[in-house]
Amino acid sequence: MNGAVFLAVYQRDLRLAWRRRTEALLPVAFFLVAASLFPLGVGPDPQVLRLIAPGVVWVCALLAAMLSMPPLYAADHADGSLEQLLLAPGAGVAVAAAKAAGHWTISGAPLVIGAPLLGLLLGLPVEELPVLFVSLLLGTPILSLLGGVGAALTLGLRSAGMLIVLIVLPLAVPALIFGAGAAAAVDAGQSPSPHLSLLGALLIACLVGAPPATAAALRIAVE
Amino acid sequence: MNTSAATAAVRPRLTWFTFASPSNFYRLAGVLGPLCGVVAAVFALAGLWMGFFVAPTDAVQGEVYRIIFIHVPAAWLSMVLYVAMAFWAAVGWFLNARMAFIFARAIAPTGALFTLLALWTGSLWGRPTWGTWWVWDARLTSELILLFLYLGYMALVAAIDEVRRADKAGALLAIVGVVNVPIIYFSVVWWNTLHQGSSLTMGKEQHMASSMLAAMLLLTLACWAYAFAVVFARARAIVLEREGDNAWARALIARTQG
Repeated sequence: MNGAVFLAVYQRDLRLAWRRRTEALLPVAFFLVAASLFPLGVGPDPQVLRLIAPGVVWVCALLAAMLSMPPLYAADHADGSLEQLLLAPGAGVAVAAAKAAGHWTISGAPLVIGAPLLGLLLGLPVEELPVLFVSLLLGTPILSLLGGVGAALTLGLRSAGMLIVLIVLPLAVPALIFGAGAAAAVDAGQSPSPHLSLLGALLIACLVGAPPATAAALRIAVE
Repeated sequence: MNTSAATAAVRPRLTWFTFASPSNFYRLAGVLGPLCGVVAAVFALAGLWMGFFVAPTDAVQGEVYRIIFIHVPAAWLSMVLYVAMAFWAAVGWFLNARMAFIFARAIAPTGALFTLLALWTGSLWGRPTWGTWWVWDARLTSELILLFLYLGYMALVAAIDEVRRADKAGALLAIVGVVNVPIIYFSVVWWNTLHQGSSLTMGKEQHMASSMLAAMLLLTLACWAYAFAVVFARARAIVLEREGDNAWARALIARTQG
């Protein structure tokens, strides 16, 4: 992997996001709005809400991550800079990793920070909030990495948004199960650590596997 | 120029790559496809006869258990075909073989069909025996996710107009998917045991009568043969679609039309 390319692309993405702050905040806004719809849909019963809260937060985080994926490579692809970026030796993996890292910093990290607040809104007991926080801290990078593969595979396609959701959501099932399961385990009086350990293992596997897959998909797209 | 005579003349011996050439494959599949179709029909008739008239009524479930004869073969094939699809995708990816990509694409709809059949028949079976159309059982859930994986592959391949890019992107997705299948399966199993306590398992514990087993195996072979027949036919159609401008394909089309 090319460290200089990684740093350059990462910093550039953050700078671009900073210049369009409202746009960068859209995933968080979606996350909050979507999650607040659930009490309106299923009713305000605190018992029910407490039970479904971890799952609701996780599903909304999943959707927010996927919906913010299509533009990840689109602008660079459209103006040709992506092809230039991929020319340097070993740059594909670096670009893929930097883009995923940038996506997580811009739209994943705010979700992690906002999640405990959402948990409170849904009536989650205070002792479960740290577990929810940690599970999202480990889980949202997985979503950014997997979503990167989807974004690269669907680069430049008309229906990229829906395709990413269809392609990546089945692959994200394990993350959802262990992530939402961690908080549910605390609710059931069990330790959340097995869930969190497995989530960590998934994160490591994705860190190793997703950037090369994304790089290969980018090569196909710009070929 | 008589191209069919020319290709026949330069066909010295059979190698591993003989049928990696679309024109050779097209001819081979034209023979094997209908043959598999006939085999499928024969085995299906024999299996259905065994299943409906020879196999005894189940002591626990009564007549309704007979849906197993289509349900289990469909479930087996749904999984085997996904692996086969990923295998051909990988062959295409690493050897850059056109026919391998075509095979992966040709397998996907049949795999999705068998997944849907497994889910559907399972649901029809679940209603009288479990009293519900659907439970979030580990097997049912992972089969459903398998269907989503097939749909994702087909949607991606269909959305890309450029043939080469569609092939390679689909291959990458199939390979990523097959790596994830065990992870998804075990996570679903674990999720299920955590959330549902003792869930329903299909009645596999009791011993099966040999005629039941025979009927199931016959229908499994029928499903295999059907899958081969359909995949060959679909692969032939894709070959014609892609190679339609080549001399051998033009000659063939001219012959069949004239």
